[in-house]
Order: sequence, then C-alpha cells, then structure tokens
Amino acid sequence: MAVKLNEVPAVEHLSGGNLACAGCPETLAFRHVLKALGDNTIVINATGCLAVVMQMAVPKVPHFHVLLENAPAVISGIDGALETLGRREGVNLLVVAGDGGTADIGFSSLSSAVERGQDFIYVCFDNECYMNTGGQRSGTTPHGARTSTTPVGRVTKGEDRAPALRKDMVEILAAHRIPYVASTSVAYPLDLMERVQKAAQVRGPSYIHCHSPCPTGWGMKAEETITAARLAVETGSVVMYEIENGVRRVTRKVPRRKPVDAYLAMQSRFKHVTKDPEALAAMQTQVDLGYEELMARMSP
Amino acid sequence: MSTRFWNGNMAAARAAQRARVQLVAAYPITPQTHTVEYLSQFVADGELDASMIKVESEHSALSACCGGSAVGARSFTASCSQGLQLMSEVMYFASGMRFPIVMAIANRTLSAPVNIWPDHQDTLVNRDSGWLQLYATNVQEIYDLTLLAFRVAEHVDISLPALVAYDGFILSHANEPVQEITQEQADALLPPPGVTERPILDPAAPVQFGEVLFPEWYPDYEYKKHMAVKDALAVIEEAFDEFAEATGRRYAPLEADGCEGAEVVLLGMGSMMQTARMAVDDLRAQGRRVGLLTMRSFRPFPEEALKAAMAGVDTLIVLDRDIGYGTAGMVYPDVTRTLYHADDRPRALNCVIGLGGKDITPQTILRCVEIAGEDHGDQTVFWPDARGPAEGIPWTGEVAPAGAGR
Repeated sequence: MAVKLNEVPAVEHLSGGNLACAGCPETLAFRHVLKALGDNTIVINATGCLAVVMQMAVPKVPHFHVLLENAPAVISGIDGALETLGRREGVNLLVVAGDGGTADIGFSSLSSAVERGQDFIYVCFDNECYMNTGGQRSGTTPHGARTSTTPVGRVTKGEDRAPALRKDMVEILAAHRIPYVASTSVAYPLDLMERVQKAAQVRGPSYIHCHSPCPTGWGMKAEETITAARLAVETGSVVMYEIENGVRRVTRKVPRRKPVDAYLAMQSRFKHVTKDPEALAAMQTQVDLGYEELMARMSP
Repeated sequence: MSTRFWNGNMAAARAAQRARVQLVAAYPITPQTHTVEYLSQFVADGELDASMIKVESEHSALSACCGGSAVGARSFTASCSQGLQLMSEVMYFASGMRFPIVMAIANRTLSAPVNIWPDHQDTLVNRDSGWLQLYATNVQEIYDLTLLAFRVAEHVDISLPALVAYDGFILSHANEPVQEITQEQADALLPPPGVTERPILDPAAPVQFGEVLFPEWYPDYEYKKHMAVKDALAVIEEAFDEFAEATGRRYAPLEADGCEGAEVVLLGMGSMMQTARMAVDDLRAQGRRVGLLTMRSFRPFPEEALKAAMAGVDTLIVLDRDIGYGTAGMVYPDVTRTLYHADDRPRALNCVIGLGGKDITPQTILRCVEIAGEDHGDQTVFWPDARGPAEGIPWTGEVAPAGAGR
C-alpha cells in the first residue's frame, strides 16, 4: 500500500500563507499528514512552532492548539467523549507536537495515553531542540550539538552529556507494546503519508516520529533542509523503520551508509565538532554503534 | 424521594451521576479519592454511561475534561490540594476556553509541611482562575450544589467551569442523611447532556480552538469572561429558585440570618458555618444580637447581598479558613472592598482559623466574637487558634493559664 506520487490527493487541508521560517519543513510535513488522513480528522496541536505557524496556515479540519504538555490527555478526553456521544466512528484523532512537547514536558501525558490504549495517532516532528523559543536543548538534542543552553564555550562544547544518552522516543513507544510505531523523515513525504495511513488503520494508539531538520536552529541555508534530512537517513543517523504489532522492518534501506562528515558539516551547530578530527571520529563511532544496535533488533 | 446516608464524596459522585455526566477523568488524592472510586464503580456497574479516563495526573485529568468539553460532552472531575495545584495551569486554560466543566473539591491544605486536613487554601489560591466557586456547608449541599453547578456552568450566557468545594474529612468522609433527587427532577433542572450551542470540534463544521489573541482584542475577551463570572450570580439565583420549587430546599449565594442591627455578624464558608450556627445560638440565648452570613458562592461574589446584610451592623467578623500570607485571609479583602463604598459600613475584622484542619469548635467561634469586644488597637487580622507567645505569635487566643506556654 505504498503511496504513489500520482495518488497524493490534490485537496489541500491548510489555507494559504505560512508563518514558518524560510526552509522549515514542518508545514510541508503537516500538509502531507493531513492529505493522508483527509477531512474526517480532529487535530490537537501541542504548543510549539507548528502551533504558531497554524495561526496563518489555518487547517480546514477542526484544530485545537492546547498547552505544551497536555495534548495526549486532551485527545484522550475527545476519544472517550466521542465514544459516549456515539460520534467516534470514522474520525481520525491526530496529535502533532514537537520533540520538547513529546520527549520532555509531555512525556508522562503521552506515555499514559498510549498505555491506556486510547485510539489516536501521534506525530512528533523532531528538530532536536526547542526551536519555538529560540533553540534550547531538548531530550532529543544529539551529543555535541550547540544550542542556546548548550553553548560552545571555553569549558564545555555543546551538548556534553554522554554520547549514547538521548531519549529514543521510537523505542520508548515501542516498549509500550502499542500496535504501530514508525520512524520517518520530512525528506520522504510519500513514506510519511504511508506511515500515517497505516497508523490510521490501527485500532488503538500509534506513534510516528518524523525527523525534521530546522535550518534556523541548526545553522543551515534555507534550501538545505531536505538535503540535510536525506543525509541524516543516508548516514544512518536517522533510521526509517516501523514496528507493526511487534514486527520490526526497515522501511527505507540504506545499502551503503555515507560518512557523517557531510551531514554534520552543513550544520553550524556542529562546527566545533567538524573542525576537530577526534570529535568527528567519535561522532562517526556513535552513529555506527547506534545504527548497528538498531539493525540487530530488526525482525528476521 | 428517598433519604440516603452518604458521605460527601458519595454525594458528589451521585450528583455527577444524576447529571448524566458523559466524561469523567480524575486522579486519586486524599481526601477526594472516594469520588473517583465511586464513579468508577457506577461505570463498571453500568449505572452511568460515561467514559472514564484513568489518567496519570491531575494535570491530565482536567486536560481530558477539556477534550471532552471541546466535543460537547458533559465533563466532570474531582481533586484538591496538591492535585488542584498541579491542575492550576489547566484551570486557567479551561475557563479561557469557556469549557463548562464541573469539579468537586474535597478541600485540603497545601504542603509543606505535609498536612492532609482541610482548609480553603487550595481553592482560594485559584480564586482568579475564572472558575465559579461554590462552597457547601454539609453533605446535602454538596449533592445539591454539584448538580446545580452543571446548570450554571453550561448556561449559554455563562459557559464557565465551576467547582464545588467541601471541607475534606469533615464533609468528604462524614456520613449524613441526604435527600436524593430523582432522575426526573434532575433532568428537569439541567439541560440535556451533550447538547450545546457552544462551538465544538466536529469535522462536519471545522473550527479553530486555542489560537492567539493579540493585545488589541485581549482586554475585550477578558472583560467578557469577567462579566460572565458576575452574571453567573443571577443564573445561580434562578437555579436556586427553581431548585427550591422542586425540592423545598432553598439556598442563597449569601444567606443572611439575624444580621439586621446585629452587634456582631460572622461571615464564612464551608462546614465551619454549621459550627458557627451552634455558637450563635448560644450567644442569642444569652441575649446577644449576633448574625450569621453563610457564603455559598464565592465566585461570583455576592456583593449586593453583602451590602444589604450590613444594615445597622456594628462589627463584621470574616472567618477565613485560609491565609494570604503577609496580608489577611483571602475572603476578607473581597468583603472589605465591597463594603468600603457602602453607606452602612461596619467595622470589619478578620479571624484566620482552622488552618490545616485544626478543629473549629463553638469555642473557637465564641473566641472570635470575644476578640471583637476587646481593645486591640487598630489590629484587624487575628489568629485566634494559633498557639501564642511561645511560638512568637501574639495572643489572640483564649487567655493562657498562668505560667503555661500552651
């Protein structure tokens, strides 16, 4: 049931206009998520860049910008209430949130909503930082990255927690044994749509983690967003895979992984890393380890 | 109509059931916990057709109620104390979204130090959350006010969340006879559940909720919310009138008893007003002219009724089971603000009593009345049941036995 380019619905669910930074992929990705789900959808938007952007690119479906940390709880109430009211059938319930709202402040709300088996789709657009407030580190910020709260100074150089430490939301959600979990990227909108369509067919909670490079926060040219997102996948920094009822499958295979150099070099947040051959080698080792470990977990 | 023997939490849960709530989301906290358990049992037994969202926190409890309300479902929760504080952010959000959620509160003070016993600190620090606040003095009132709270909250001109507060343990855990309302009576008093003129999230008629409101329009929105709280007073009075016709039980937002020309009037909220009634009866038996003002609605604040009750009153004592640190109790400022411009303005004193569940006995109340007759200079705020000089607190309590540090 792969989505084909000529089958992408022409209908638009967002009005015109876009308040996002130049080169931001989030509106683009959200647009494709809505194309995958169609009109019969209610969107709960956790505070973040997308909630701000939606002040102008207004969705043509019911859309509710809630607080930063409570979107999964709000959608739980909607799920339950529509059931009691007899209006639940055929309605897609969608949460969209950033990595801060997902991995950090909204973590308990999300974990508990999926643990209860609420029927909704959760899409996290992960730009690895709090970009709506100007770029502070989050639980998904990679090791070494410079952010406004992990600056490069004389003593510490960027995010300096141990290299392996980072909230892996895909695996965390998978550990909840929910029916559908997927990792995808804004560079592959057809894959994103396919993941969303699969998630919509699931009865119960589903989680989609969508890697979304941020040119503003990462220090890239606006036209480089998609190149960066693609390189993230091609270097194995991001692995596109799904876990459907426990069966793990890579959804976009990378036969020959590229070295991370080019991916990191295009982001000024890693400038101090790419200048330092030792740090760069350590980053490559970390990506290799993470990749191999994840591949070893795939279903036969 | 049958008489039940219920504790306060059961009364709140039964009222929610009579209101045919469609969504319940709550998290346990002493002394409110029974309410969640009872409602879970009603749902499990098929006595209540509601979705029960078993959330992981109070923040999520109220958030889930917001979700329910956003699609038009009658939504109910219960909490208190730390739980209410965790909810606090969502309380402002809920009133800003004009979601008519109803919440039962078994009042409990706030940590630290740890204390699970009642005072009104938890609800009063949320005074300006935009929620209507009703206070029950006994278990019957918990039942009646909770039911009526849905009617007031959902009124088309109001559309605000409402909480019904009752003292933890003293009312939440005490069994009292309760006159049950029949389902037919309840249905006649309330609008049908799940039917609303408010905009709701519906794919058939898409709306945008929770968007930015820029400074140009923000004051207008706030003014409307402010006026909705004020206007709720008339809606409450109308609800009380209709309720009295249906059940014979008559309430007022501010109930005055024997205030006209009184030397002392005691004003307060919650279960202590039952105790105050005993003390006042004693004083009247001694020929003292003492009045009683029971406040059932703190938000909206019954300004006119308060002014009207002050005719010929010499001293008004506001009993606050709460403290606005560094100033006075939290009911007192509203009372004095209201009376400042009144023609008939009594002397107004403030007694802070019963914090953290300290027993309020008739003696406590009598001591408050005594204080009004003593010369304390220009002091207006008193702590009659705090422990005195040994703790560095000036005596306003009963006279210490000679040589005792008490």
